[in-house]
Parts: sequence; C-alpha cells; structure tokens
Amino acid sequence: MTARIQMPKQATRGQVVEIRIAIQHPMETGFRRDDGGREIPKNVINKLICRYNGVEVFRAEMGSGVAANPYLDFFVVADASGELVFDWVDDNGMTGSERAPIVVTG
Amino acid sequence: MTPRILAGLFLAAWLGAMFPNAAAQQAVRPQPLKSGIEFAGAEVRALQQDDFANPGMLWVARGEKLWREPAGTESQSCASCHGDAKASMAGVATRYPLLDPGATRLVNLEGRIMQCREQRQHAAPLKYESEELLALTAYVRHQSRGMPVKVVIDGQSRSHFEAGRDLYYRRMGQMNLSCAQCHQQNWGKKLGPEIISQGHGNAYPIYRLEWQTVGSLHRRFRSCLSGVRAEMLPQGVPEFLDLELYLAWRSGDLPIETPGVRR
Repeated sequence: MTARIQMPKQATRGQVVEIRIAIQHPMETGFRRDDGGREIPKNVINKLICRYNGVEVFRAEMGSGVAANPYLDFFVVADASGELVFDWVDDNGMTGSERAPIVVTG
Repeated sequence: MTPRILAGLFLAAWLGAMFPNAAAQQAVRPQPLKSGIEFAGAEVRALQQDDFANPGMLWVARGEKLWREPAGTESQSCASCHGDAKASMAGVATRYPLLDPGATRLVNLEGRIMQCREQRQHAAPLKYESEELLALTAYVRHQSRGMPVKVVIDGQSRSHFEAGRDLYYRRMGQMNLSCAQCHQQNWGKKLGPEIISQGHGNAYPIYRLEWQTVGSLHRRFRSCLSGVRAEMLPQGVPEFLDLELYLAWRSGDLPIETPGVRR
C-alpha cells in the first residue's frame, strides 16, 4: 500500500499545522459484483490512527461510503519535535504504516 | 466487354460515388486544441492541479519506488542504467509511440518498459494494465509533464500514422460510429450529461473517478469500443498503437499532464 504524507517539516511551538495523508487502497464497498456475477467482498481501511510522539491525535473509522484511495486532511498543534506515525488496517487484516518527522522551534 | 467486367466497372463507380473519402481521410487537428481537462468541472480540475490531492500521484510515488527496486536475474533496477529519472527521463515520453529501426510494429511507453524489463533486467514480464506497469509508466511520463508531444512521422512510421488515421475515421460497432464523429466533429456538445472532449491522450495514464483507479490510454480505447458496441481488442495490439500514434500527432502542442484526473 503506497501512502503519501504532506506536512510542514518545521513549525514554531503552538503553531497549528495541516496534515494530509493519501493512501492507495481500492476501498471495496461489498456491493459490487465481478464479471462472473460473484460478490466482491467488502474490504475497506476501517481504522486509521495518527500518533504524535506516541500520543493519539487523530483517528478515523471508515466504512463503505469512503471512495477508493482515501485522502484525509486534519490539523494538529505543534508542541514538540518528533514524528507523526500513521497506522491503518483494512478488513482483510492488511496493515500499513507511514511516518513523517517534524522539528518544532521556539 | 464481358458482363463480368461491366459489373465490376459499375461496382467501382458505385463505390466511388458512395464513399468519396473512403480511400484517404484528411488528418486534421481540432481547432482550437483543447485538453480534456478544459471540459472537466471545477472539482476535477482542482483535483488534478493539487499534486497532493491528485490520486494519480500515488501511482507516480509507487513508480518512483519501483524505479529503484532491483528486479530479475541480474538484480538490476531501472536506476542502475538510467540513473535519476528526473534528469534521464525528462522529455523521453514526448517521443512515444515510435518505430525502432527495422521493427514492424510501433512501441509505446508501456511497451518500452516491458521490453526493458524482459530483455535488459531479465525479470518476470509485466502485464498490460498491471499496477506495476501503470505506476512505472505514470512515473516516467510524469517527468515530461508540461512538454508537448513530439512524435516523428517519417517514411517508416508514415504507414502506421495512416493506419491510425484510417482507424480514427472508420465507423465501427453496432452504433456504427467512428472516433471522429464524436471527438472531431461534435466536441464541446453534450452526450447525455457529459461534454464531449476532443479525445486527446496527453494526460494518460489518468486517474479516472469512474474507474476509481489509474488506467492506460488503451483501457480508454476499450471503453470507447464498448461505448460504440464494437468488437473488443486487447491492450497493446498494433491497431491501438497506430491509433495512439495518430492521437499523439493530433494533440499538437498540448502539454503532457500525467497524471491527469478525469470524471
């Protein structure tokens, strides 16, 4: 699973920074059928957690209403240097992880 | 004159009267040239322009990883020979599809990547429309973003160009429609809720919202064949390569947009 994170590399303490993540995933709804008429089982990223230096700052619980290749955008307050770690899991139990560092000054 | 020769003459005259342009259709570009993105709505345009939100960039990112990943018996990666794609691949995609010296069929960018993988890396072949091939194609073509396509139509490739042009103007399928009837003669008008585009290939591989994934130009050709209810052709056949060459010429100085986003 390819994922891309976009966020500032540096911030001043107390600054509100925008975090964007996009993950390549088919997000199968479970409502579709293949060419042979067989049901394609539901497979979506059902949980995504973002931890900032170990502390959970964002969580998304997604279902079949979310389009393929989900893109999430949220804000955190930069309070210490360190890194943001994203972990997610889909209905098939496939897990993914991606991390990005941030340097906080002031 | 025998009756048979007479009948032949009549048939020839009748054919000439019925299909005056059947032998040689003029290769013309639409005027003014408009990229498909100009026919898209504001949301789709915004999605393509934002290099982060553009879902096609996920395939470009995957392609960048694959570029450096060793494969095959020699453990060679694309980068082992070509180095940094940002420098070595800039402008390369603008020349495709092209004819190798002595070859009888065109090779497009997908074909070149598959060829390189099999003959140079000695790796397992990539399938047309596989995630890996789409990612590598998107990554390589992305290095030529903003540059116009400049294919060579010379003595050798002219016959392919003409075959592509003839296919473009050939009516086909149960709907009895040619490519030209929608994309040359009626672009800008409505087909159901859609505005018909000029049908250029400059943004491929594209992320199509209907597909929810990235697809090749040949996948798009197949969608159109299905739309006019014509006989389906597999990706990578010579007919599609000829058509790709004609479309590359036809898109004139429109810049490459890879990865494009379309509805």
